[in-house]
Amino acid sequence: MMQSKPDLGRRALVLVPYGWLAVFFLMPFLLVLAISLSSVRLGMPPYEPLYAWQGSLLSIRLNLENFVFVLGENTYLLAYLTSLKVAAISTALMLAIAYPLAYGIASCSPGSRSFLIFLVIVPFWSSMLIRVYAWMSILRNDGLLNSLLLNLGIISEPLRIMNTETAIYIGIVYTYLPFMVLPIYANLSASDRTLIEAARDLGCSRIAAFWRVTFPLSLRGVAAGCALVFIPVIGEFVVPDLLGGADTQMIGRTIWIEFFNNRDWPVASAVTVLLLVILVIPIVLFQTRLSRTSK
Amino acid sequence: MPQPSWFNRLSIFAGLTFLYLPIVVLVAYSFNASRLVTVWGGFSTQWYTSAITNQSIVEGAKISFLVAAISATFATALGSLAAIVAVRIRRFRGHHIFNGMLVAPMVMPEVVMGVSMLLMFVTLGIDRGPVTITLAHATFTMCFAAVVMQSRLAELDPSLEEAARDLGCPPFLAFMKVAVPNMAPAFVSAWLLSFTLSLDDLVLSSFTTGPGASTLPMKIYSQIKFGVTPEVNAISTIILGVVVFGLVASRIVSRPSAKSSLAV
Repeated sequence: MMQSKPDLGRRALVLVPYGWLAVFFLMPFLLVLAISLSSVRLGMPPYEPLYAWQGSLLSIRLNLENFVFVLGENTYLLAYLTSLKVAAISTALMLAIAYPLAYGIASCSPGSRSFLIFLVIVPFWSSMLIRVYAWMSILRNDGLLNSLLLNLGIISEPLRIMNTETAIYIGIVYTYLPFMVLPIYANLSASDRTLIEAARDLGCSRIAAFWRVTFPLSLRGVAAGCALVFIPVIGEFVVPDLLGGADTQMIGRTIWIEFFNNRDWPVASAVTVLLLVILVIPIVLFQTRLSRTSK
Repeated sequence: MPQPSWFNRLSIFAGLTFLYLPIVVLVAYSFNASRLVTVWGGFSTQWYTSAITNQSIVEGAKISFLVAAISATFATALGSLAAIVAVRIRRFRGHHIFNGMLVAPMVMPEVVMGVSMLLMFVTLGIDRGPVTITLAHATFTMCFAAVVMQSRLAELDPSLEEAARDLGCPPFLAFMKVAVPNMAPAFVSAWLLSFTLSLDDLVLSSFTTGPGASTLPMKIYSQIKFGVTPEVNAISTIILGVVVFGLVASRIVSRPSAKSSLAV
Protein backbone atom coordinates (compact mmCIF):
# COMPACT_ATOMS: atom_id res chain seq x y z
CA MET A 1 0.00 0.00 0.00
CA MET A 2 0.93 3.61 -0.40
CA GLN A 3 1.06 4.25 3.35
CA SER A 4 4.60 2.97 3.62
CA LYS A 5 5.82 5.29 0.87
CA PRO A 6 7.88 8.30 1.86
CA ASP A 7 5.64 11.20 2.77
CA LEU A 8 7.05 13.45 0.08
CA GLY A 9 6.01 11.09 -2.73
CA ARG A 10 2.51 10.83 -1.35
CA ARG A 11 2.20 14.58 -1.15
CA ALA A 12 3.37 15.01 -4.71
CA LEU A 13 0.90 12.35 -5.84
CA VAL A 14 -1.98 14.16 -4.15
CA LEU A 15 -0.82 17.56 -5.32
CA VAL A 16 -0.93 16.94 -9.09
CA PRO A 17 -4.64 16.11 -9.55
CA TYR A 18 -5.62 18.30 -6.59
CA GLY A 19 -3.73 21.26 -8.00
CA TRP A 20 -5.15 20.78 -11.47
CA LEU A 21 -8.74 20.69 -10.20
CA ALA A 22 -8.11 23.66 -7.91
CA VAL A 23 -6.74 25.77 -10.76
CA PHE A 24 -9.11 24.73 -13.54
CA PHE A 25 -12.28 23.93 -11.63
CA LEU A 26 -12.39 25.73 -8.28
CA MET A 27 -10.60 28.96 -9.16
CA PRO A 28 -12.86 29.72 -12.15
CA PHE A 29 -15.91 29.57 -9.87
CA LEU A 30 -14.35 32.03 -7.46
CA LEU A 31 -13.73 34.31 -10.43
CA VAL A 32 -17.37 34.08 -11.50
CA LEU A 33 -18.32 35.12 -7.97
CA ALA A 34 -15.85 38.02 -8.08
CA ILE A 35 -17.02 39.26 -11.48
CA SER A 36 -20.67 39.04 -10.44
CA LEU A 37 -19.77 41.71 -7.87
CA SER A 38 -18.16 43.93 -10.48
CA SER A 39 -19.75 46.35 -12.92
CA VAL A 40 -19.79 46.40 -16.68
CA ARG A 41 -17.44 48.57 -18.75
CA LEU A 42 -16.43 48.86 -22.38
CA GLY A 43 -13.32 47.04 -23.52
CA MET A 44 -11.71 43.71 -22.74
CA PRO A 45 -12.23 42.31 -20.16
CA PRO A 46 -15.67 43.94 -20.13
CA TYR A 47 -15.85 44.46 -16.37
CA GLU A 48 -14.30 46.76 -13.79
CA PRO A 49 -11.58 45.36 -11.53
CA LEU A 50 -12.79 44.77 -7.98
CA TYR A 51 -9.88 46.41 -6.27
CA ALA A 52 -7.58 49.31 -6.96
CA TRP A 53 -4.38 50.58 -5.34
CA GLN A 54 -4.41 54.27 -4.66
CA GLY A 55 -0.92 54.85 -3.35
CA SER A 56 -0.72 52.55 -0.37
CA LEU A 57 -4.48 52.45 -0.02
CA LEU A 58 -6.26 49.34 -1.22
CA SER A 59 -9.83 50.05 -2.17
CA ILE A 60 -12.24 47.22 -2.82
CA ARG A 61 -15.56 47.86 -4.50
CA LEU A 62 -18.24 45.21 -4.30
CA ASN A 63 -21.23 45.92 -6.44
CA LEU A 64 -24.41 44.08 -5.44
CA GLU A 65 -26.45 45.78 -8.13
CA ASN A 66 -26.20 42.80 -10.55
CA PHE A 67 -27.93 40.55 -8.02
CA VAL A 68 -30.57 43.16 -7.25
CA PHE A 69 -31.15 43.49 -11.00
CA VAL A 70 -31.39 39.74 -11.66
CA LEU A 71 -33.68 39.10 -8.70
CA GLY A 72 -35.94 41.99 -9.68
CA GLU A 73 -36.26 40.97 -13.30
CA ASN A 74 -39.16 38.64 -14.08
CA THR A 75 -37.53 37.04 -17.13
CA TYR A 76 -34.68 35.64 -15.02
CA LEU A 77 -36.96 34.37 -12.26
CA LEU A 78 -39.17 32.75 -14.86
CA ALA A 79 -36.15 31.11 -16.50
CA TYR A 80 -35.03 29.63 -13.15
CA LEU A 81 -38.51 28.33 -12.40
CA THR A 82 -38.97 26.94 -15.92
CA SER A 83 -35.62 25.13 -15.66
CA LEU A 84 -36.57 23.57 -12.33
CA LYS A 85 -39.97 22.55 -13.68
CA VAL A 86 -38.53 21.03 -16.86
CA ALA A 87 -35.85 19.20 -14.85
CA ALA A 88 -38.41 17.82 -12.38
CA ILE A 89 -40.91 16.66 -15.00
CA SER A 90 -38.29 15.12 -17.29
CA THR A 91 -36.67 13.33 -14.33
CA ALA A 92 -40.06 11.81 -13.48
CA LEU A 93 -40.65 10.81 -17.11
CA MET A 94 -37.20 9.24 -17.33
CA LEU A 95 -37.77 7.30 -14.15
CA ALA A 96 -41.02 5.94 -15.58
CA ILE A 97 -39.23 4.73 -18.73
CA ALA A 98 -35.87 3.75 -17.24
CA TYR A 99 -37.10 1.67 -14.30
CA PRO A 100 -39.03 -0.94 -16.31
CA LEU A 101 -36.17 -1.07 -18.81
CA ALA A 102 -33.50 -1.57 -16.12
CA TYR A 103 -35.75 -4.07 -14.33
CA GLY A 104 -36.33 -5.97 -17.54
CA ILE A 105 -32.61 -6.14 -18.32
CA ALA A 106 -31.81 -7.23 -14.77
CA SER A 107 -34.26 -10.12 -15.14
CA CYS A 108 -32.37 -11.57 -18.12
CA SER A 109 -29.56 -14.11 -18.06
CA PRO A 110 -26.09 -12.67 -17.29
CA GLY A 111 -24.95 -13.06 -20.89
CA SER A 112 -27.82 -11.16 -22.49
CA ARG A 113 -27.72 -8.63 -19.62
CA SER A 114 -24.28 -7.38 -20.53
CA PHE A 115 -25.20 -7.20 -24.20
CA LEU A 116 -28.43 -5.29 -23.50
CA ILE A 117 -26.68 -2.84 -21.18
CA PHE A 118 -24.09 -2.35 -23.92
CA LEU A 119 -26.96 -1.39 -26.25
CA VAL A 120 -28.17 1.17 -23.70
CA ILE A 121 -24.67 2.65 -23.42
CA VAL A 122 -23.97 3.05 -27.15
CA PRO A 123 -26.27 6.09 -27.57
CA PHE A 124 -24.74 7.67 -24.45
CA TRP A 125 -21.35 7.50 -26.14
CA SER A 126 -22.50 8.89 -29.44
CA SER A 127 -22.76 12.62 -29.86
CA MET A 128 -25.54 14.33 -27.95
CA LEU A 129 -25.77 17.04 -30.60
CA ILE A 130 -26.39 14.38 -33.24
CA ARG A 131 -29.07 12.71 -31.16
CA VAL A 132 -30.89 16.02 -30.68
CA TYR A 133 -30.54 16.68 -34.39
CA ALA A 134 -32.10 13.28 -35.16
CA TRP A 135 -35.26 14.42 -33.38
CA MET A 136 -35.35 17.66 -35.36
CA SER A 137 -36.05 15.80 -38.58
CA ILE A 138 -38.69 13.66 -36.86
CA LEU A 139 -40.59 16.38 -35.01
CA ARG A 140 -40.63 19.21 -37.54
CA ASN A 141 -43.96 20.33 -39.02
CA ASP A 142 -42.93 18.70 -42.31
CA GLY A 143 -41.01 16.01 -40.47
CA LEU A 144 -41.27 12.26 -40.38
CA LEU A 145 -43.80 11.91 -37.55
CA ASN A 146 -46.25 14.40 -39.05
CA SER A 147 -46.04 12.97 -42.56
CA LEU A 148 -46.57 9.48 -41.14
CA LEU A 149 -49.62 10.52 -39.13
CA LEU A 150 -51.02 12.55 -42.05
CA ASN A 151 -50.61 9.66 -44.47
CA LEU A 152 -52.30 7.28 -42.07
CA GLY A 153 -55.16 9.75 -41.78
CA ILE A 154 -54.84 10.01 -37.99
CA ILE A 155 -54.48 13.78 -38.13
CA SER A 156 -55.69 16.22 -40.77
CA GLU A 157 -53.14 18.95 -40.18
CA PRO A 158 -49.56 18.73 -38.90
CA LEU A 159 -49.04 18.67 -35.14
CA ARG A 160 -46.89 21.49 -33.88
CA ILE A 161 -44.35 19.70 -31.66
CA MET A 162 -41.12 21.30 -32.75
CA ASN A 163 -40.30 24.49 -30.82
CA THR A 164 -42.66 23.61 -27.98
CA GLU A 165 -42.12 22.40 -24.44
CA THR A 166 -43.14 18.90 -25.52
CA ALA A 167 -40.17 18.78 -27.87
CA ILE A 168 -37.88 19.80 -24.99
CA TYR A 169 -39.20 16.93 -22.86
CA ILE A 170 -38.73 14.44 -25.68
CA GLY A 171 -35.19 15.66 -26.34
CA ILE A 172 -34.12 15.70 -22.70
CA VAL A 173 -35.64 12.32 -21.86
CA TYR A 174 -33.98 10.87 -24.94
CA THR A 175 -30.49 12.26 -24.37
CA TYR A 176 -30.29 11.66 -20.62
CA LEU A 177 -32.06 8.27 -20.41
CA PRO A 178 -28.88 6.12 -20.17
CA PHE A 179 -27.79 8.10 -17.08
CA MET A 180 -31.01 7.00 -15.38
CA VAL A 181 -30.95 3.38 -16.58
CA LEU A 182 -27.36 2.56 -15.55
CA PRO A 183 -27.47 3.26 -11.78
CA ILE A 184 -30.88 1.60 -11.42
CA TYR A 185 -29.69 -1.42 -13.37
CA ALA A 186 -26.45 -1.64 -11.35
CA ASN A 187 -28.51 -1.61 -8.17
CA LEU A 188 -31.14 -4.12 -9.34
CA SER A 189 -28.64 -6.57 -10.76
CA ALA A 190 -26.70 -6.59 -7.47
CA SER A 191 -29.81 -7.15 -5.34
CA ASP A 192 -30.36 -10.38 -3.50
CA ARG A 193 -32.90 -12.55 -5.34
CA THR A 194 -33.47 -14.82 -2.35
CA LEU A 195 -35.30 -11.99 -0.57
CA ILE A 196 -37.98 -12.01 -3.27
CA GLU A 197 -38.17 -15.78 -3.17
CA ALA A 198 -38.63 -15.59 0.60
CA ALA A 199 -41.43 -13.05 0.20
CA ARG A 200 -43.09 -15.27 -2.43
CA ASP A 201 -42.75 -18.34 -0.20
CA LEU A 202 -44.46 -16.43 2.57
CA GLY A 203 -47.46 -15.88 0.33
CA CYS A 204 -46.68 -12.51 -1.22
CA SER A 205 -47.98 -12.03 -4.76
CA ARG A 206 -45.49 -11.13 -7.49
CA ILE A 207 -46.66 -7.52 -7.60
CA ALA A 208 -46.73 -7.18 -3.81
CA ALA A 209 -43.23 -8.71 -3.60
CA PHE A 210 -42.01 -6.10 -6.06
CA TRP A 211 -43.49 -3.14 -4.23
CA ARG A 212 -42.58 -4.35 -0.74
CA VAL A 213 -39.13 -5.84 -1.38
CA THR A 214 -37.52 -5.04 -4.75
CA PHE A 215 -38.56 -1.42 -5.13
CA PRO A 216 -37.61 -0.18 -1.63
CA LEU A 217 -34.22 -1.90 -1.97
CA SER A 218 -33.56 -0.21 -5.30
CA LEU A 219 -34.23 3.31 -4.04
CA ARG A 220 -30.53 4.05 -3.76
CA GLY A 221 -30.04 3.44 -7.48
CA VAL A 222 -33.15 5.50 -8.21
CA ALA A 223 -31.75 8.40 -6.14
CA ALA A 224 -28.40 8.23 -7.93
CA GLY A 225 -30.10 8.19 -11.33
CA CYS A 226 -32.36 11.11 -10.45
CA ALA A 227 -29.39 13.18 -9.25
CA LEU A 228 -27.37 12.35 -12.36
CA VAL A 229 -30.08 13.74 -14.61
CA PHE A 230 -31.87 16.38 -12.52
CA ILE A 231 -28.79 18.50 -11.78
CA PRO A 232 -27.35 18.85 -15.29
CA VAL A 233 -30.79 19.20 -16.91
CA ILE A 234 -31.42 22.41 -14.93
CA GLY A 235 -28.60 24.06 -16.86
CA GLU A 236 -29.20 22.26 -20.17
CA PHE A 237 -28.53 24.37 -23.25
CA VAL A 238 -28.49 22.26 -26.43
CA VAL A 239 -31.96 20.69 -26.20
CA PRO A 240 -33.95 23.85 -25.35
CA ASP A 241 -31.96 25.80 -27.91
CA LEU A 242 -32.52 23.42 -30.82
CA LEU A 243 -35.89 21.85 -30.03
CA GLY A 244 -37.54 24.42 -27.78
CA GLY A 245 -39.30 27.60 -28.74
CA ALA A 246 -38.92 31.21 -27.71
CA ASP A 247 -41.65 30.89 -25.10
CA THR A 248 -39.73 28.31 -23.02
CA GLN A 249 -36.64 30.07 -21.74
CA MET A 250 -34.37 27.87 -19.65
CA ILE A 251 -31.57 29.32 -17.57
CA GLY A 252 -28.70 27.66 -19.48
CA ARG A 253 -29.84 29.37 -22.64
CA THR A 254 -30.29 32.67 -20.80
CA ILE A 255 -26.67 32.55 -19.64
CA TRP A 256 -25.48 31.68 -23.16
CA ILE A 257 -27.36 34.59 -24.71
CA GLU A 258 -26.22 36.94 -21.96
CA PHE A 259 -22.58 36.06 -22.64
CA PHE A 260 -22.50 35.85 -26.42
CA ASN A 261 -25.18 38.32 -27.49
CA ASN A 262 -25.56 40.89 -24.74
CA ARG A 263 -21.97 40.72 -23.49
CA ASP A 264 -22.93 41.94 -20.04
CA TRP A 265 -20.56 39.65 -18.19
CA PRO A 266 -21.17 40.88 -14.62
CA VAL A 267 -24.93 40.30 -14.93
CA ALA A 268 -24.33 36.94 -16.63
CA SER A 269 -22.00 36.00 -13.77
CA ALA A 270 -24.66 36.94 -11.24
CA VAL A 271 -27.16 34.73 -13.10
CA THR A 272 -24.59 31.91 -13.00
CA VAL A 273 -23.87 32.38 -9.28
CA LEU A 274 -27.59 32.19 -8.47
CA LEU A 275 -27.86 29.01 -10.58
CA LEU A 276 -24.97 27.55 -8.57
CA VAL A 277 -26.76 28.45 -5.34
CA ILE A 278 -29.78 26.49 -6.59
CA LEU A 279 -27.55 23.57 -7.62
CA VAL A 280 -25.46 23.43 -4.45
CA ILE A 281 -28.18 21.74 -2.39
CA PRO A 282 -28.76 18.76 -4.73
CA ILE A 283 -25.02 18.44 -5.47
CA VAL A 284 -24.06 18.25 -1.78
CA LEU A 285 -26.87 15.76 -1.14
CA PHE A 286 -25.64 13.70 -4.08
CA GLN A 287 -22.03 13.74 -2.95
CA THR A 288 -22.72 12.79 0.66
CA ARG A 289 -24.93 9.96 -0.52
CA LEU A 290 -22.21 8.81 -2.88
CA SER A 291 -19.49 8.87 -0.22
CA ARG A 292 -21.77 7.01 2.16
CA THR A 293 -22.35 4.21 -0.34
CA SER A 294 -18.67 3.89 -1.17
CA LYS A 295 -17.73 3.34 2.49
CA MET B 1 -36.30 -14.30 -11.30
CA PRO B 2 -35.84 -17.33 -13.53
CA GLN B 3 -37.30 -16.02 -16.79
CA PRO B 4 -38.02 -12.50 -17.99
CA SER B 5 -41.81 -12.07 -18.11
CA TRP B 6 -43.70 -10.64 -21.09
CA PHE B 7 -43.73 -7.32 -19.28
CA ASN B 8 -39.93 -7.38 -18.97
CA ARG B 9 -39.55 -8.21 -22.64
CA LEU B 10 -41.95 -5.45 -23.62
CA SER B 11 -40.09 -2.87 -21.50
CA ILE B 12 -36.76 -3.83 -23.03
CA PHE B 13 -38.18 -3.75 -26.53
CA ALA B 14 -39.93 -0.39 -26.06
CA GLY B 15 -36.93 1.18 -24.34
CA LEU B 16 -34.42 0.10 -26.96
CA THR B 17 -36.75 1.08 -29.81
CA PHE B 18 -37.03 4.56 -28.31
CA LEU B 19 -33.23 4.76 -28.03
CA TYR B 20 -32.47 3.51 -31.52
CA LEU B 21 -35.32 4.61 -33.80
CA PRO B 22 -34.13 8.24 -34.18
CA ILE B 23 -30.59 7.03 -34.88
CA VAL B 24 -31.83 4.59 -37.53
CA VAL B 25 -33.84 7.39 -39.15
CA LEU B 26 -30.79 9.66 -39.11
CA VAL B 27 -28.55 7.06 -40.74
CA ALA B 28 -31.19 6.06 -43.31
CA TYR B 29 -31.70 9.62 -44.47
CA SER B 30 -27.98 10.22 -44.88
CA PHE B 31 -28.32 7.93 -47.94
CA ASN B 32 -31.39 9.73 -49.26
CA ALA B 33 -30.92 11.44 -52.61
CA SER B 34 -33.69 13.90 -51.79
CA ARG B 35 -33.10 16.95 -49.62
CA LEU B 36 -36.48 16.46 -47.95
CA VAL B 37 -36.86 14.20 -44.94
CA THR B 38 -40.32 13.11 -45.99
CA VAL B 39 -39.42 12.10 -49.53
CA TRP B 40 -37.27 9.10 -50.36
CA GLY B 41 -35.44 10.04 -53.54
CA GLY B 42 -33.44 6.86 -53.91
CA PHE B 43 -30.09 5.66 -52.57
CA SER B 44 -27.24 8.11 -52.87
CA THR B 45 -23.88 8.82 -51.29
CA GLN B 46 -23.77 12.39 -52.53
CA TRP B 47 -24.07 13.89 -49.02
CA TYR B 48 -20.99 11.97 -47.95
CA THR B 49 -19.08 13.35 -50.90
CA SER B 50 -20.18 16.88 -50.15
CA ALA B 51 -19.43 16.44 -46.42
CA ILE B 52 -15.88 15.17 -46.83
CA THR B 53 -15.05 17.75 -49.47
CA ASN B 54 -16.43 20.59 -47.35
CA GLN B 55 -13.28 22.44 -46.30
CA SER B 56 -14.85 24.05 -43.24
CA ILE B 57 -16.14 20.69 -41.93
CA VAL B 58 -12.79 18.98 -42.52
CA GLU B 59 -11.00 21.83 -40.73
CA GLY B 60 -13.36 21.51 -37.76
CA ALA B 61 -12.89 17.74 -37.66
CA LYS B 62 -9.10 18.15 -37.59
CA ILE B 63 -9.25 20.54 -34.63
CA SER B 64 -11.74 18.28 -32.85
CA PHE B 65 -9.62 15.15 -33.25
CA LEU B 66 -6.46 16.92 -32.15
CA VAL B 67 -8.14 18.47 -29.11
CA ALA B 68 -9.82 15.17 -28.21
CA ALA B 69 -6.62 13.12 -28.51
CA ILE B 70 -4.48 15.49 -26.42
CA SER B 71 -7.13 16.25 -23.81
CA ALA B 72 -7.95 12.52 -23.45
CA THR B 73 -4.28 11.77 -22.80
CA PHE B 74 -4.11 14.46 -20.12
CA ALA B 75 -7.44 13.34 -18.69
CA THR B 76 -6.37 9.70 -18.46
CA ALA B 77 -3.10 10.60 -16.72
CA LEU B 78 -4.76 13.03 -14.31
CA GLY B 79 -7.79 10.80 -13.78
CA SER B 80 -5.56 7.82 -12.97
CA LEU B 81 -3.59 9.84 -10.43
CA ALA B 82 -6.84 11.11 -8.94
CA ALA B 83 -8.18 7.55 -8.74
CA ILE B 84 -5.00 6.32 -7.02
CA VAL B 85 -5.29 9.20 -4.55
CA ALA B 86 -8.99 8.51 -3.93
CA VAL B 87 -8.70 4.71 -3.62
CA ARG B 88 -5.25 4.17 -2.09
CA ILE B 89 -4.46 7.25 -0.03
CA ARG B 90 -8.05 8.19 0.83
CA ARG B 91 -7.52 10.38 3.88
CA PHE B 92 -5.40 13.49 3.65
CA ARG B 93 -5.88 17.12 4.47
CA GLY B 94 -8.71 18.42 2.30
CA HIS B 95 -9.89 15.06 0.99
CA HIS B 96 -13.51 16.17 1.24
CA ILE B 97 -12.85 19.10 -1.10
CA PHE B 98 -10.87 16.83 -3.41
CA ASN B 99 -13.65 14.24 -3.65
CA GLY B 100 -16.17 17.00 -4.20
CA MET B 101 -14.15 18.49 -7.06
CA LEU B 102 -13.81 15.03 -8.56
CA VAL B 103 -17.58 14.44 -8.64
CA ALA B 104 -18.96 17.92 -9.33
CA PRO B 105 -17.84 18.33 -12.97
CA MET B 106 -19.85 15.24 -13.92
CA VAL B 107 -23.16 16.78 -12.87
CA MET B 108 -22.30 20.46 -13.25
CA PRO B 109 -24.21 21.99 -16.19
CA GLU B 110 -21.75 22.58 -19.00
CA VAL B 111 -22.84 26.19 -19.36
CA VAL B 112 -21.69 26.91 -15.80
CA MET B 113 -18.28 25.32 -16.35
CA GLY B 114 -17.96 27.06 -19.70
CA VAL B 115 -18.73 30.48 -18.25
CA SER B 116 -16.30 30.07 -15.38
CA MET B 117 -13.47 28.87 -17.61
CA LEU B 118 -14.08 31.67 -20.10
CA LEU B 119 -13.82 34.21 -17.31
CA MET B 120 -10.64 32.64 -15.99
CA PHE B 121 -8.89 32.64 -19.36
CA VAL B 122 -9.95 36.23 -19.99
CA THR B 123 -8.85 37.39 -16.54
CA LEU B 124 -5.47 35.71 -16.88
CA GLY B 125 -5.11 37.22 -20.33
CA ILE B 126 -4.66 33.84 -22.03
CA ASP B 127 -5.47 33.84 -25.75
CA ARG B 128 -8.39 31.54 -26.37
CA GLY B 129 -8.16 28.84 -29.04
CA PRO B 130 -7.45 25.11 -29.37
CA VAL B 131 -5.15 25.16 -26.31
CA THR B 132 -7.79 26.57 -23.97
CA ILE B 133 -10.39 24.14 -25.34
CA THR B 134 -7.96 21.29 -24.63
CA LEU B 135 -7.40 22.48 -21.03
CA ALA B 136 -11.14 22.77 -20.45
CA HIS B 137 -11.85 19.33 -21.92
CA ALA B 138 -9.05 17.68 -19.93
CA THR B 139 -10.52 19.12 -16.73
CA PHE B 140 -14.04 17.90 -17.30
CA THR B 141 -13.19 14.50 -18.78
CA MET B 142 -10.57 13.64 -16.12
CA CYS B 143 -13.41 13.12 -13.65
CA PHE B 144 -14.99 10.50 -15.92
CA ALA B 145 -11.58 8.90 -16.43
CA ALA B 146 -11.15 8.85 -12.64
CA VAL B 147 -14.46 6.97 -12.20
CA VAL B 148 -13.31 4.29 -14.67
CA MET B 149 -9.90 3.94 -13.00
CA GLN B 150 -11.41 3.95 -9.50
CA SER B 151 -13.70 1.03 -10.23
CA ARG B 152 -10.80 -0.92 -11.74
CA LEU B 153 -8.46 -0.13 -8.85
CA ALA B 154 -11.10 -1.18 -6.34
CA GLU B 155 -11.49 -4.53 -8.11
CA LEU B 156 -7.75 -5.34 -8.00
CA ASP B 157 -6.74 -8.08 -5.62
CA PRO B 158 -4.49 -6.44 -2.99
CA SER B 159 -2.88 -9.78 -2.15
CA LEU B 160 -0.97 -9.72 -5.46
CA GLU B 161 0.87 -6.56 -4.48
CA GLU B 162 1.37 -7.91 -0.97
CA ALA B 163 3.00 -10.98 -2.46
CA ALA B 164 5.36 -8.81 -4.52
CA ARG B 165 6.32 -6.83 -1.41
CA ASP B 166 6.83 -9.98 0.64
CA LEU B 167 9.24 -11.11 -2.06
CA GLY B 168 11.26 -7.95 -1.47
CA CYS B 169 9.78 -5.54 -3.97
CA PRO B 170 9.62 -1.92 -2.74
CA PRO B 171 6.00 -0.66 -2.52
CA PHE B 172 6.27 1.79 -5.39
CA LEU B 173 7.83 -0.80 -7.68
CA ALA B 174 5.23 -3.36 -6.59
CA PHE B 175 2.52 -0.91 -7.57
CA MET B 176 4.13 -0.22 -10.95
CA LYS B 177 4.83 -3.86 -11.74
CA VAL B 178 1.65 -5.47 -10.42
CA ALA B 179 -1.17 -2.94 -10.27
CA VAL B 180 -0.38 -0.83 -13.35
CA PRO B 181 -0.28 -3.71 -15.89
CA ASN B 182 -3.56 -4.96 -14.41
CA MET B 183 -5.07 -1.55 -14.99
CA ALA B 184 -4.17 -1.51 -18.70
CA PRO B 185 -7.68 -2.25 -20.07
CA ALA B 186 -9.06 0.49 -17.82
CA PHE B 187 -6.55 2.96 -19.25
CA VAL B 188 -7.92 2.20 -22.71
CA SER B 189 -11.55 2.60 -21.54
CA ALA B 190 -10.76 5.83 -19.71
CA TRP B 191 -8.95 7.27 -22.72
CA LEU B 192 -11.74 6.32 -25.12
CA LEU B 193 -14.41 7.73 -22.81
CA SER B 194 -12.50 11.02 -22.46
CA PHE B 195 -11.88 11.12 -26.20
CA THR B 196 -15.55 10.70 -27.14
CA LEU B 197 -16.75 13.15 -24.49
CA SER B 198 -14.32 15.73 -25.84
CA LEU B 199 -15.23 15.01 -29.45
CA ASP B 200 -18.91 15.49 -28.61
CA ASP B 201 -18.66 18.66 -26.58
CA LEU B 202 -20.30 21.81 -27.90
CA VAL B 203 -20.93 24.08 -24.92
CA LEU B 204 -17.54 24.03 -23.20
CA SER B 205 -15.74 24.46 -26.54
CA SER B 206 -17.93 27.41 -27.52
CA PHE B 207 -17.10 29.25 -24.31
CA THR B 208 -13.39 28.50 -24.29
CA THR B 209 -12.60 29.02 -27.95
CA GLY B 210 -11.30 32.13 -29.61
CA PRO B 211 -11.78 33.57 -33.07
CA GLY B 212 -11.03 31.15 -35.88
CA ALA B 213 -10.93 27.90 -33.93
CA SER B 214 -14.21 26.03 -34.43
CA THR B 215 -14.53 22.38 -33.49
CA LEU B 216 -16.69 19.95 -35.47
CA PRO B 217 -19.68 20.13 -33.07
CA MET B 218 -19.55 23.94 -33.33
CA LYS B 219 -19.67 23.69 -37.12
CA ILE B 220 -22.53 21.18 -36.97
CA TYR B 221 -24.39 23.37 -34.48
CA SER B 222 -24.20 26.45 -36.67
CA GLN B 223 -25.46 24.40 -39.64
CA ILE B 224 -28.44 22.81 -37.90
CA LYS B 225 -29.38 26.06 -36.18
CA PHE B 226 -30.79 27.02 -39.59
CA GLY B 227 -32.54 23.74 -40.23
CA VAL B 228 -32.01 20.15 -41.28
CA THR B 229 -29.42 19.43 -43.95
CA PRO B 230 -28.64 15.92 -45.27
CA GLU B 231 -24.93 16.76 -45.18
CA VAL B 232 -25.13 16.81 -41.39
CA ASN B 233 -26.79 13.37 -41.52
CA ALA B 234 -23.77 12.10 -43.43
CA ILE B 235 -21.29 13.61 -40.95
CA SER B 236 -23.35 12.23 -38.06
CA THR B 237 -23.34 8.75 -39.58
CA ILE B 238 -19.55 8.86 -39.93
CA ILE B 239 -19.19 9.94 -36.29
CA LEU B 240 -21.62 7.22 -35.16
CA GLY B 241 -19.63 4.68 -37.15
CA VAL B 242 -16.38 5.74 -35.47
CA VAL B 243 -18.00 5.61 -32.02
CA VAL B 244 -19.57 2.17 -32.54
CA PHE B 245 -16.29 0.84 -33.89
CA GLY B 246 -14.40 2.21 -30.87
CA LEU B 247 -16.96 0.77 -28.47
CA VAL B 248 -16.91 -2.70 -29.97
CA ALA B 249 -13.09 -2.61 -29.99
CA SER B 250 -12.88 -1.55 -26.34
CA ARG B 251 -15.46 -4.17 -25.40
CA ILE B 252 -13.21 -6.81 -26.90
CA VAL B 253 -10.15 -5.37 -25.13
CA SER B 254 -11.76 -5.22 -21.70
CA ARG B 255 -14.54 -7.49 -20.55
CA PRO B 256 -17.25 -5.38 -18.97
CA SER B 257 -18.16 -5.78 -15.34
CA ALA B 258 -21.25 -4.51 -13.56
CA LYS B 259 -19.30 -1.89 -11.61
CA SER B 260 -17.59 -0.29 -14.57
CA SER B 261 -20.67 -0.57 -16.76
CA LEU B 262 -20.63 3.18 -17.42
CA ALA B 263 -17.28 2.73 -19.10
CA VAL B 264 -18.44 -0.30 -21.07
